[in-house]
Amino acid sequence: MAGSQTQLIEGLNALSAGLILLTAFGMVATRQVQGVMRFFIVQSLFLAASAFLIGFNRGSIHLLALGAITIAAKVIAIPWVLKRTLPGDLYERREINQVINIPSSLLLALLLAIAAEFLVSPLLATTADPVIHANLPIGLAGILIGGYSLIARREALPQLIGILAMENGAFFAGIAIAPDLPLIAELVIAIDVVLIAVVVGVLTRNITQTIGTSEAASMSELREEPRP
Amino acid sequence: MTRTVVYNLIQLLFVIGFGPLYAGVLSRFKENVQSKRGPSIFQPYRDLWKLFHKDEVVSSETTWIFRFTPYLVFVIPLFVASLIPVLTDYPLAFAFMGDMLAGGFFLALAGFFAALAAVDTGNPYGPMGASRTRMVGFLAEPVFMIVFFTVSFVAQSTIPYIVQKKWVASPAAFFSPAHILLLIAFFMLILAEGGRIPVDNPSGHFELAMIDESKGLEYSGRGAALMKWGGQMKFLVLTCIFLNVLLAPWGLADDLQPGHVLLAIPLILIKILLFTVVLVMIETSLAKLRLFRISEFLGAAFIISVAAMIASIFSTSAV
Repeated sequence: MAGSQTQLIEGLNALSAGLILLTAFGMVATRQVQGVMRFFIVQSLFLAASAFLIGFNRGSIHLLALGAITIAAKVIAIPWVLKRTLPGDLYERREINQVINIPSSLLLALLLAIAAEFLVSPLLATTADPVIHANLPIGLAGILIGGYSLIARREALPQLIGILAMENGAFFAGIAIAPDLPLIAELVIAIDVVLIAVVVGVLTRNITQTIGTSEAASMSELREEPRP
Repeated sequence: MTRTVVYNLIQLLFVIGFGPLYAGVLSRFKENVQSKRGPSIFQPYRDLWKLFHKDEVVSSETTWIFRFTPYLVFVIPLFVASLIPVLTDYPLAFAFMGDMLAGGFFLALAGFFAALAAVDTGNPYGPMGASRTRMVGFLAEPVFMIVFFTVSFVAQSTIPYIVQKKWVASPAAFFSPAHILLLIAFFMLILAEGGRIPVDNPSGHFELAMIDESKGLEYSGRGAALMKWGGQMKFLVLTCIFLNVLLAPWGLADDLQPGHVLLAIPLILIKILLFTVVLVMIETSLAKLRLFRISEFLGAAFIISVAAMIASIFSTSAV
């Protein structure tokens, strides 16, 4: 019966991989800042679920601890920190003027996902582990799509979440290909990520207080007087 | 052989008989959730009865298309119903008449004639609704295609019965990312094709905001009844494809015994009831999208379906 249990766990891991890709698309497609945040939290939950599943399957205490760290850092700490540092009206904001409109953004995100599949396919040929087959391409796609939303978003908070989503993607690929990474390294990364959130949060708060906006696009000039 | 023909006819009677009930339960549930009493779940039957007993008025300006369309709209869902597993999980007599692609073409044919009939009347709202439906249609078409491609990649077939067997076979196939993404894309497609809420408001009475409904405005009497009944059956058939082929391929009759086939009827009704609850939750918690946001909604469905396809291609080629 152990075989079918392993199969089921691998299936569930593949399921969380698919849902992580879906939430990555969701982050690209959402206008509301609050909505992007929610997608990020859900993505982190699936990431933790994947870590738990793989950890359970391989009997690795590292990965179980990792899942717990992910939940603590990304589902609880980062949203809380950002909620405390940022003024509340940032959350209610919508990005109306995207650099690239949402359908085109989604198509670009799709191309990035296809590119990720292509890039890792020679690597996947070397192994038959279904966990790696599920995690590596979608992790890379997560990195690329996070990087894309970092470029294409205008508001500060979605840009930050773009960075965090890149980290999520790297993490997701990492737990499959390097499950025995020392726990201390993972812990450092987790704390690092929370620190990034604090720094960007405080920075955005100060910028918003001085200039009155957090749109990166309107900060292209170094003058203090308003534009003519 | 005669048995499978009889079961196929039972299947058609199921679709004819329970189409209105499905619509009635859906609207009753929705009103209840919005803390209203709502009409009886048998109200659609009464409406049909009333319409069949009324006189039909046909404008003298219309052509044969206008008179022909209600019959087509009524019959097409039955054609599709004879191709898909509604009650049994083994192919019935007419199952190899066509695959899922044929089902898609049949539904497209009905939609095409409904749009033509709407333009035929010269009523200003008809062509407007028809052009909007076509807009939704051509945005939904690529998603349909990609879903078919993915299904044929995974199951090596587009006959719905064989596809359904594939998902039952192993949990690994059921939980694969391709399958889950496919489910979500197809669900969004059903919402768009059935004229449900994020795309269209089925209970709206404001002609300018109508998408699907305004095509039938000019019909009266028997024509209106057939159009209405056909629409309800189409939604039931789409739901059956979604539930029996993709989402929950369990609980169907697996042998030729008549008792098992009849037992499958309450089981599928329970599945549809659960699906109705989900649908009502979506309908009451979302607002109707603005017309030009529909392209984003279906664009998202397209992206998800293509993601499902690449996931299935790359995962099957590696194994």
